[in-house]
This record gives sequence, structure tokens and C-alpha cells, in this order.
Amino acid sequence: MSALTFKDARNAPMSRSPRGPRRPQPSVQPGLFGIRSWKKSRLVLAGVFGAVSVFPLLYLISLSFQPTSDIQTSNPVLIPTHPTFLNYVLAWSENSFGQYFLNSLVVALGTVVLTVTLSSLAAFAFARYKFPLKEVFFYVFLAALAVPSVELIIPQYLLVLKLHLTDSLPGLILIYTSENLPFAIFLLRGFFEAVPKELEESFRLDGAGSIRVLTRLIAPLSAPALAVVAMFTFNFAWEEFVIALTLINSSAHRTLPIGLNFFIGEHTTQWGPLFAGSVIATVPSVIVYFISQRWFQRGVSLGGIR
Amino acid sequence: MDSKDSTLVEQRPAVLPPGAVSRRRNRFTRIATPYLLLMPAAFLYAVFIVYPIFRQFDISFFNWHIFPDVANPFVGWSNYIRIFHDPAIRTASENTVLFLVITVPIQMVLGLFAAALLTDRLPGRGLWRALIFIPVVTSWVVVSYVFAYIFGFQGGLANAVISLFAGHTVRIDWLAQTWTGNAVIWIVSIWKGVGWSFIMFLAALDGVPRDLVESARVDGASEPRIWRHVVIPNIRPTITFVTVLLVIGASQVFTQVFITTGGGPFGSTSVLLTYAYQQAFSFFNFSYAAAIASLMAIVVLGLSILQIRLMRRNVDQ
Repeated sequence: MSALTFKDARNAPMSRSPRGPRRPQPSVQPGLFGIRSWKKSRLVLAGVFGAVSVFPLLYLISLSFQPTSDIQTSNPVLIPTHPTFLNYVLAWSENSFGQYFLNSLVVALGTVVLTVTLSSLAAFAFARYKFPLKEVFFYVFLAALAVPSVELIIPQYLLVLKLHLTDSLPGLILIYTSENLPFAIFLLRGFFEAVPKELEESFRLDGAGSIRVLTRLIAPLSAPALAVVAMFTFNFAWEEFVIALTLINSSAHRTLPIGLNFFIGEHTTQWGPLFAGSVIATVPSVIVYFISQRWFQRGVSLGGIR
Repeated sequence: MDSKDSTLVEQRPAVLPPGAVSRRRNRFTRIATPYLLLMPAAFLYAVFIVYPIFRQFDISFFNWHIFPDVANPFVGWSNYIRIFHDPAIRTASENTVLFLVITVPIQMVLGLFAAALLTDRLPGRGLWRALIFIPVVTSWVVVSYVFAYIFGFQGGLANAVISLFAGHTVRIDWLAQTWTGNAVIWIVSIWKGVGWSFIMFLAALDGVPRDLVESARVDGASEPRIWRHVVIPNIRPTITFVTVLLVIGASQVFTQVFITTGGGPFGSTSVLLTYAYQQAFSFFNFSYAAAIASLMAIVVLGLSILQIRLMRRNVDQ
């Protein structure tokens, strides 16, 4: 943010002159694309981008309502001719899908709560305190961005084995949280630093302790960043595949992505229930995304890269 | 947390002028507080990320067995030497590098292009933005299945569309052949990845001072020149950031390969991590897999530092 205001100040003389005397409004508003005739082609291209982005998902929804005879013909069916709920019924009744859904929800929410709490505390320390080796600690956290997920699966597997956390949802929550901490701390630090120092001082003069400053002042003002962290963390935990595949071995503790994998048999794939299950698995991520979307842009632009 | 909160407040009742009695105590809390705040995150991070990094190196120097009563002899660098003589590693590295070289630039160009289309006012802008980002929030497992079906041998949409254009029935067994299998993996990855670089570039383009663009335009600069000399320099930090994270992400490609082709046929579409995973959890060669992963981590870290350096230098010039 500071870089941006600096740049604005530097450009001030240039920018003020055309604005000052209120020249006749140019036929285009200031933008990255000045030529108005581009508007139509921009619209078309944006439509193409949008359509390509959603098409596979719309197709997935369509497939989930198709009977097996339509799914497994040699002529793909785009719009279900004989729509059926059978796939959903099968998906939900087989392989205790409801249990997987619940497990995923527990893991995802647990990861969100733990990640948001721990990363807020840590980011608060990085943003608001001076202490020896601060930047060293920060870079140690950041370094993990280069070694995420699958890369550490072997030692993590052995560790979890030793801690007797295999095949348990808390084990997954702890690993998922650790994986998400670096990004979350990185994003939140930038945001927390942007809260004016004077506000914190007046809070402290009223007798507020550190935790109160964080929960009553900094966190509410950083809601967009917290929403972004919560969304990314939720999605990470909700869709994570390899770690869950490796650490979970009993049916009772399977998460959704692993559950979906079981519709793929050795010889035959139950495509219908797989598609229905996929739709069920996708709905929560999309809902979470649309809820957090209103903060999203701001969260990315202010916190992410400055 | 709340109890801690209240004790902190009780230490300094509002009646006292700040710092009257508890100055000493204040100083202690001042020094200790950041560490206390950092501790829970640091602890978890140390246990589940930092320790495994070192443990991975450790395992890679042994012939490590998962079974408790078997000896784990120290084998020095032999696991690393083996990497350089393993033909499957060659294939997997080639596929990984190819994946990186193809998917990263395409994701960046498409992401920036889409961001450029949607940064200014446009009818339905919010909707287009939301739609383009949606693939990012869907799960790798789900989209891998959907694309595996679309590129299916029988009744797949891809074959149907190609047949339509070709005028006769085309049956490509996409996932059973090396090049087509790789192509499907690239297509899924680009489709799912564009939205992320899009949102990053969108945020960056929002920060480009419009007045600057406008005055360049008033001075008669052409649109491509404005982009080259005004817009691109302004979003350079984001370009660096996006490139570095995409390269890291591409080197970690796993789930889409694991699900669509499974590395097949005969390992010809496998990438480094699917190969390492297979070595560990199918053949129980934990040490060999750990050596592969460790070497990869070092290479990726080096690559990231190199990229940041190079891009910094470009800015200075």
C-alpha cells in the first residue's frame, strides 16, 4: 500500500494537470483499454473465458443426472434426455458417503479455525512487535512455500505413525494447518501492518492487552484478509487428496476425495455415482467461494503482493 | 485465549496511570509477548514441516525399512547416485520439465490477458470474474475425473468433437498414450490454473495508476507501447511472484497425473512426485523416494531464488 501511495505522489504533477482545468471529457474514461470500440470484442472474449471456465462443471452437473445408458454410450449426451436422481441416491447410499462428507467437513472446519487462529497470532507478532531474529523467523516460515504438500509426505507419514495419529482426523487437521500457515502468515502480516499505529495505542491506553488489540481491533479491520485465508484453507482441506490417501486407512475416517476415488474400481468405474458425488463435493467449495468473494479482491490486492 | 486476555487487563487496572506500578512487568510482557504469540504456530510448523524436511534428508542416507525389526543400514550417497542412473527418473524429469515449460507460460499469458479484459468497466464484469476464478476453487480430484471422462476412449466428448470436425469417427485413446496423456494433463492443469494468475494480475492491474496511462495516451503513445512501458513495469512484482509460485506449483504436479493417467502407460507420463510416491508407497523404497524428494526440494528452492534474482536484475536494467 505504501508503495502505491508513494507512486501516486510521484506522479502527482503529471496527473493533476489534465484533471485540474476540467478539459472536455475525453470520449473514453481512463482505463487500460482506451478505445471504446474494443468494448464489444472484450465482452466476447470475456464470455469465451467464462464459458470455457464453467463448461466442464456444467457438463459434470449434466452427467450427474444422466442414466448409465447415457453416460456410457459412444455418443456423448450434453443435456440429460432422461434426467434421473438415481446417481445421487447411489452415491449417498454406497460407501457411507454421508460419513465421508461429515469427515471432510470436520477436517475442513477444524483446519480453518486452527489456521486462522494460529496465523493471526503469529502475523500479529510479526506485524506489531520488534524482536530479535524477527525477519529470520519470518523467512523460515516463508521457505516452506517452496516445499509444500506431497514433497514431505514420506517423513510426515513416518512422523504421524510415531505419534499414533495415522487414520485420525485430528492428524489430518494438524498437517493441513501446518501446510497452510506460511501463506496465511504472509498474507495476514501485510494486512495487520496496514492498521494505523495510533489506533492500537489508543486501544492500549484504554487498558487493552495484546489479545484484545488483536481480536477487537486488528482482526475486524482485516476481515478481507481473514476471509481469503479462511477460503483458501477451507478449499485446501476440503479437496486434499494425497495426504489423506496416505494417512487414512479405515473407511470410517475417509474424507470425500478419498471416498470419490472408491467409485473407480479395478475393472469398472461407477461413473454415474462418481459424478453425483463430485457435484456434492464441489458445492461447499463454491458456496464458500461466493461467500468470501466480496472480500476477495481487496484481500488479494492489499495483502498478497505489495 | 479469553482468560489470558482478562489477566492481561487485570494487571493494569484502568485506575492506575499507565506504567505506574507495573513498569517492570510491562517490560517483561513486552519482550515475551511476541514469542508467546508466535509459539503455537512455530511449534506446529517445527513439528510437521521443519522436522520432516530434516528427517527426509536423514532417511535418504539409509536403506530405510518401514518394518520395525529390520535393520536400516547406512548407505551414504548411494540413493542419490541411483537417481542419476535410473531411466525412469529421466522420463519423470522430462515430463516434469515439459509440464512446467508448457503450463506456466500459458497460464500466465491467459491469466494476464483475461485480467486485462476485465480490469476496466464492462457489462457483467463481476460475473465474468467469478466464472473465470471458479475452476480454482473446485477440487483437483473432481476435475481430474471430469477431464478423464471427457478425454475418454469411448463416448468421450473430445473424440466426439474431433470426429465432428474430421467428418468421420475418430477414436483417440487419449489416456493410454504418452503424448496424448501428457496433453490431457496439461489441459486440465491450465484450465484449473488460469483463474489463479488471473486474480493475481487483476489485483495488480487495479493498482496501475490510471492517470499515468491516460497521460501516456494523451501524449500519443500507442496501446502496445503503453503496455510495454507503463503497465508491465507497474505490475512487475506480481509477475515475479506469480512466476515463482507457478514454477514451484508445476514442479509439484501430482494429483492430476495420479488420477488421469496414473503415470501410465508404463510410467511414460509419470512426473517426479508420482514416481517418488510410487517408489515409497507401492515398492516401499522409502529412502530412495526421500532422496528424490530431497533433491527436488533443493532444486526448486534454488530455482526460486534464481528467478527472483534474475527478475530483480531485469528491473534494475
